[in-house]
Amino acid sequence: MSSIPTPTTDATTRAADAQAHAEQPLSTDSGSSFLRQVRALIRRNLTHTKRQPEMLTDVTIQPVMFVVLFAYVFGGSINIPGGSYREWLLPGIMAQTMAFSSFIVAIGLNNDLDKGIIDRFRSLPIRRAGVLIARSVSSIIHSSIGVVVMSLTGLVVGWRIHEGVPKALLGYALLLLFGFAMIWIGIYVGSSLGSVEAVNGVMFSTMFPITFLANTFAPTQGMPSVIRHIAEWNPLSSLVQAMRENWGNTGALPPSAAWPLQHAVPVSIAWSLLIAVVMAPLAIRAFNRRTSQ
Amino acid sequence: MTSVAIEACHLVKDFGEVRAVDDVSFSVPRGTVLGMLGPNGAGKTTTVRMMTTLTTPTSGRASVAGHDVTTEPDAVRRSMGLTGQAATVDELLTGRENLRLIGDLYGLPPARVRSRAAEMLERFSLSDAGDRVVKKYSGGMRRRLDLAASLIAAPPVLFLDEPTTGLDPRSRVELWEVLRGLVEEGKTLLLTTQYLEEADHLADDIVVIDHGRIIAQGTPLQLKDQSGRASIVVTVSRADDLLEAERLIRAEVAEVHLDVADRQFTAPAEGLSAITRIAEVFQGAGIELDDIGLKRPSLDDVFLHLTGHRAEDPTTDAEELSA
Ligand SMILES: Nc1ncnc2c1ncn2[C@@H]1O[C@H](COP(=O)(O)OP(=O)(O)OP(=O)(O)O)[C@@H](O)[C@H]1O
Ligand SMILES: [Mg+2]
Repeated sequence: MSSIPTPTTDATTRAADAQAHAEQPLSTDSGSSFLRQVRALIRRNLTHTKRQPEMLTDVTIQPVMFVVLFAYVFGGSINIPGGSYREWLLPGIMAQTMAFSSFIVAIGLNNDLDKGIIDRFRSLPIRRAGVLIARSVSSIIHSSIGVVVMSLTGLVVGWRIHEGVPKALLGYALLLLFGFAMIWIGIYVGSSLGSVEAVNGVMFSTMFPITFLANTFAPTQGMPSVIRHIAEWNPLSSLVQAMRENWGNTGALPPSAAWPLQHAVPVSIAWSLLIAVVMAPLAIRAFNRRTSQ
Repeated sequence: MTSVAIEACHLVKDFGEVRAVDDVSFSVPRGTVLGMLGPNGAGKTTTVRMMTTLTTPTSGRASVAGHDVTTEPDAVRRSMGLTGQAATVDELLTGRENLRLIGDLYGLPPARVRSRAAEMLERFSLSDAGDRVVKKYSGGMRRRLDLAASLIAAPPVLFLDEPTTGLDPRSRVELWEVLRGLVEEGKTLLLTTQYLEEADHLADDIVVIDHGRIIAQGTPLQLKDQSGRASIVVTVSRADDLLEAERLIRAEVAEVHLDVADRQFTAPAEGLSAITRIAEVFQGAGIELDDIGLKRPSLDDVFLHLTGHRAEDPTTDAEELSA
């Protein structure tokens, strides 16, 4: 960079000049660079959250509000055979919060695409996948904050894990696995839609019904049979059931419950994997299509 | 290394039915500036996006620093920097964080990233603002930061898509100075602009593009010559002399345009000899002149001549600039 500015007037001398200086791009270390790129991008995403703490309301204030609302306002009228409603409720709200992690990915990605930030990244010598990996990891970190907040809130309102450490961890692991699957939906929606407003609209009008049409807030036994059927086959329900079983937050499942709920742990794993396997190629295709116009 | 830094050969880009770029070819020698001039929707951004590997050409080929944009995109990305049409800096990061992020993504050694970021902030007069979030930056500061980010890995070739659009006249002139400095360092620039005088000021060569096609190509001087005749402009000192002066000048040339408010005549002129002749006539008649001179057509006139319509040129800005 220490080239001496040469006052020249004419393009030809300048060209000759340039030849002489032959400025080369700075050398780069390519060895560990992919990891470094991903780390730099994650740091950037987390800095966003730090500078805009209101971004965290969806994993803090909102779920806490749900806990309070359901535990104290509606809870009295919901009867859980053989268990306490507050304990039963908590896995449901955690799963709902995790389902919304797709929302976070979609908004963040769409915003970056919209503002041309992704184009700037793509004009650099980096692997495109790094951008998506960083997005996913930051969103999992984001949702994990929510899971911690939820667990603490749960402890305050009387939720406890009644099983041993391995089962407790399995419950959290299933939740995270589901979170990873949801990320692909987020990448798909974020890449496919034209604006953040559209993402908001689509995600709200789909995710809310999906998270309510399940065993998250009320037992499915009381639902009309068609609705009950849908709710029990909802991927979210097997996850919630699996968490409840592993944490000891549920009474006995009625024999009439649908097959996925009878085998909640393997079914929940299968659902998460299936969502990921189906959505990942669609998401990557949508992202590539969006960024190669 | 060849002496050609940027080359485009018969580039075409279709978006469905729309042909955004239609058979565009040019080459930019190392260390020079190519100005790509065209109105809204001409295809400037699309051309830049093809040259910078952001979109693939429908047909044709292009290379940057000797690397083909479709077959060696990574080598191209390593040798160029891009400043897009909208300043693509991260609003929630500070200036320094923005530069470090780009430096990290380029894979510069960490210590180098830190020193380069500081160096760039200094160079673009952003040192004081370096640790403030970009949201609080002015438009001019964002542009400078954007440019600094493209330069962090010292690429020899720079693409600038409408670098001064939206800047006030002072910031624009400041940015021009910065760009001239880069050229003096030996960098090769391709810049797009809607401002005719910007291309005139900065570019060694200009391509004029309209509806995806190159409609003219050459040095600013050549382009001005292409658009035909120069004119002679005479300003008389006293308004009282206007009528007499008009009578005299009409005897010499057929077509005279009179601007009473400015006490000014404009008439087509074949060359310098016309000036001397008219000056003598006025002297003979005892009419005092404030000014007499030859006016070459501006790039604005060139555009009008080539396309039959005016470039969507924000003339107000241009006027403020020269004021
Ligand atoms: N992604 C796209 N899909 C469809 N059409 C496009 C796309 N990008 C550009 N176009 C069309 O291609 C043409 C050229 O657009 P381009 O953005 O290259 O023009 P421009 O010269 O950069 O204009 P401006 O001065 O407004 O930035 C326009 O008609 C535009 O509508
Ligand atoms: Mg453009």
